[in-house]
Amino acid sequence: MSKTVRPVDATTGGTEPALLQVRDLKMHFPIKEAAGLGRTKKLVQAVDGVNFDLKAGESLGLVGESGCGKSTTGRMITRLLTPTAGQIIFKGTDIAQMKEKDLRPFRRQLQIVFQDPYSSLNPRQTVSNIISTPLRVHNLVKRGKELERVQELLERVGLNPEHHNRYPNEFSGGQRQRIGIARALAVEPEVIIADEPVSALDVSIQAQVMNLMEDLRRDLGIAFVFIAHDLGVVRHFCDRVAVMYLGKIVEQGTRDEIYGAPQHPYTQALLSAAPDLGTIRGVPPKERIRLVGDVPSPIDPPSGCRFRTRCWKAEDICATQEPPLIAQAKSGPGHAAACHFAEPKVDLTAATA
Amino acid sequence: MTTPAGDEGRKDLQDRKVGQETMVGTVPSDGEVARDARNPSIATRERRSTTLTPSGETPYLVVEDLTVKFPTADGVVSAVNGLSYAVPLGRTLAIVGESGSGKSVSSMAVMGLHDRKRTRITGSIRLGGDEIVGLPDSELMKIRGDAVAMVFQDPQSSLHPLYTVGNQISEAYRVHHKVSKDVAKKRALEMLDLVGIPNPIRRFKQYPHEFSGGMRQRAMIAMGLVNDPKLVIADEPTTALDVTVQAQILDLLNNLQKEFGSAIVLITHDLGVVAEMADDVLVMYAGRCVEYGTAEDVLARPRMPYTWGLLESIPTVSAASERLRPIKGLPPSLLALPSGCSFNPRCPYKDRVKGERCITDLPELLPVDGAGAHTSRCHLHDKASIYEAEVAPRLG
Repeated sequence: MSKTVRPVDATTGGTEPALLQVRDLKMHFPIKEAAGLGRTKKLVQAVDGVNFDLKAGESLGLVGESGCGKSTTGRMITRLLTPTAGQIIFKGTDIAQMKEKDLRPFRRQLQIVFQDPYSSLNPRQTVSNIISTPLRVHNLVKRGKELERVQELLERVGLNPEHHNRYPNEFSGGQRQRIGIARALAVEPEVIIADEPVSALDVSIQAQVMNLMEDLRRDLGIAFVFIAHDLGVVRHFCDRVAVMYLGKIVEQGTRDEIYGAPQHPYTQALLSAAPDLGTIRGVPPKERIRLVGDVPSPIDPPSGCRFRTRCWKAEDICATQEPPLIAQAKSGPGHAAACHFAEPKVDLTAATA
Repeated sequence: MTTPAGDEGRKDLQDRKVGQETMVGTVPSDGEVARDARNPSIATRERRSTTLTPSGETPYLVVEDLTVKFPTADGVVSAVNGLSYAVPLGRTLAIVGESGSGKSVSSMAVMGLHDRKRTRITGSIRLGGDEIVGLPDSELMKIRGDAVAMVFQDPQSSLHPLYTVGNQISEAYRVHHKVSKDVAKKRALEMLDLVGIPNPIRRFKQYPHEFSGGMRQRAMIAMGLVNDPKLVIADEPTTALDVTVQAQILDLLNNLQKEFGSAIVLITHDLGVVAEMADDVLVMYAGRCVEYGTAEDVLARPRMPYTWGLLESIPTVSAASERLRPIKGLPPSLLALPSGCSFNPRCPYKDRVKGERCITDLPELLPVDGAGAHTSRCHLHDKASIYEAEVAPRLG
C-alpha cells in the first residue's frame, strides 16, 4: 500500500540497540466474497505497515479503537499469526517468517497475556498443570521440581500457593488474570505482550493487576507491549505510546508528548473524547472534539491519509498523498506524527489538580 | 475553536451539532465538502442546578426499601438489600458499582423483568405514583416499552438478528399504539433520523448485522424512545463501544433528554462517564446503597471509604502517574454477607471506629452533614477531615 519510505531510525531515540524492532509489518487477511461471476478476492488490511522499536525493560502502549489492528500486531509479534510482509527483529534475528521448529527458542522470550481470563485458561486443567506445561515444553525445570516452581510463581503473582491444584472456575476474574500472568512468567520472558489485560476486570481489581504488572516490570526488567483502548490505563503504565488508526500508526512518542502535546488530529480527538473526572472537581470543562461517523472498512481504506474521512483538517492533499510518520516541527526527536497539518494542542488533558 | 463563553454560544454549537449528526457517516467526496461543514462538533455539557427537585413535586420513579433475593441450591442470594432512591423527570441518576453489586438486578426489577418463580421481590417501586411490585405480567406489558424503556449494554445481542431494524422499531410502536403499519413506519423513520442515523429509508430495511456497533446502539435508543417513555434505564449503554463512539452516544442521550425531559437511570462502572452525565449518583456495594448524593457531592466530596477506594483505583487520562491504590481483597459473596458493614473486610479505616461497631452493626444511610440530600453508610466520625487530609491529596 504505502510507497512512502520512512527512515528506519526515525523513531529510535538514543544509541542503545532495541530489543525488538518491528519494520513495515503487514497483515492482510484474504476474504472470499461471491460477487457476480467468479469470486473476487478481497483483503482485509488489518495491519498495514507498522514500525516501532522496543528497548529492554521499556513499556510501549498501543492505543486505538477496535479494529485498528493493535491486537493483530501483538499476535504477529508473538507469531501466533504469520505476517504477510515485514520484519520482526528480535535481538538481531528476523522471526517474521521463521519456521515453527526454529521459532521455539524465541517463543520462550516473547510471551502474551490475553484479554479474557475466562476463555484463555483451559477449564479442564488444574492451575498447576496450566503453569507447568510451558516449563516442561522448554525443559526449564527438572522432573519433580515443577510443583515448587509453580508455587513460587503463584506467590509471585499474589495468589495462595496452596491453591495449585484448583481449577480455573474456582477463581474470580482478577485471580484468573493473575494465573495468565504466572503462565507467561513461567518461561522467564524478556518481552510480554499484554493484550487488554485489565479491560475485563472491575475497577478495584483492575488496579491490583496493574500494580502487579508494574512490580514485575520493575523487579524482573521485562519489556511490555501494552495493548489497550483505555487511555488512562495506558498513561499510567507506559513510557512510550503509539496511536493506531486503521492498521497504521498515526502518532508515536513519549507519554508526556502524546498526552501533553498531541499532534495528530485523531490523537487529539481520542484524548478529548475520553470521559474524565476532572470537570466534577471544579476544573473548567475541556474543549471536546466530536468525531462524526465510524471507522471506515479496512477492506477498502480511504486513499491517502486514512483518517481524512473523519478529519476536520482534511484538504485535497490528504486524499492524494499519504502523510509519512515523521517528526514534526515543534516536537521532540522521538515524537512522530503522520499528518500533513500536524500541530500540537496542549489543553486537552489539563491537569485535574 | 475555543470554548464558548456564554450560553448563547453553547446553544449555537449544539444546534450546529444536531445539524451535523444527520450527516454522520456520509463519506465526503474528496475535498468537495466545505471545511467548516466537517468541523468536529465541540460540546461542553452544562450541569443542571444541583438542588434536588426544586419544585418539590413527587419524583417520577420512587424506589423504597427494595430487596431482591434469588433462592438457589446453595442458599439465598441477596442481590439487593433495602435499596431506596428517586428520580424526577429531566434528571439523570447514575448507579455505580462493581459487578455483582446489584445495580443491574435492581433496575431489572424496575422493568419487571425478573422471573417471578425464581425471585423474591419486596419493597415498593412506584412509577408516577403507581405501584408496580406485584403487578401481573399483563399489566407490566403495558408499562414496559411505553412508560419505561431499557437500553441494554450489548446492542449486538439485544436486537433480533432475523428482523430488519425498521421492523423491530415499528413493532415496538404498534404494540402500544393502535395504528396502521404505514403510520408506524413513518414514526420509526422519524426516530432513526432523530438518533442521527443517516439515510433512514435505506437503513430501515437493513438487518442488525449491517449496522456498526455505534449505529446499532443508536437503533436501540431509537427503539427505546419510540413511545416517548418517561423513564429510560440505560444499562452500561456505552461499555461495548469505542471512546469516540461512546462520546457520540452520551451526547445523543443528553440531547434527547433535553428534548423530551425524561428521567434517565444510567447504570455504569465508569466514573468518567458518571462525571459527564449524571446529576445524582448512587454508589452500590453488595446490594446496598453506600453513598447517595449529587454528582458533585459524591465525586468531589465523597464520604465513604468504598467511594474513596474507587476513585483511587482509576488511572485517569489527566492525572499524574503515581502508583494506584487498589481496594484490597474481593467483593463479598452474596450468599453470606459479612456481618455489620458489608465493606468492613476490605476497609482500611475500620480501626478508627471505636470498638467493633463496623463488624457488629450495619451503619445507617445517614446525611453526611447532619442534614441535606448527601447520605452515606459509614460509622466513621470525621469522614470529611479524613477525606480532605488523606484521600484528596492522593487523588491529585
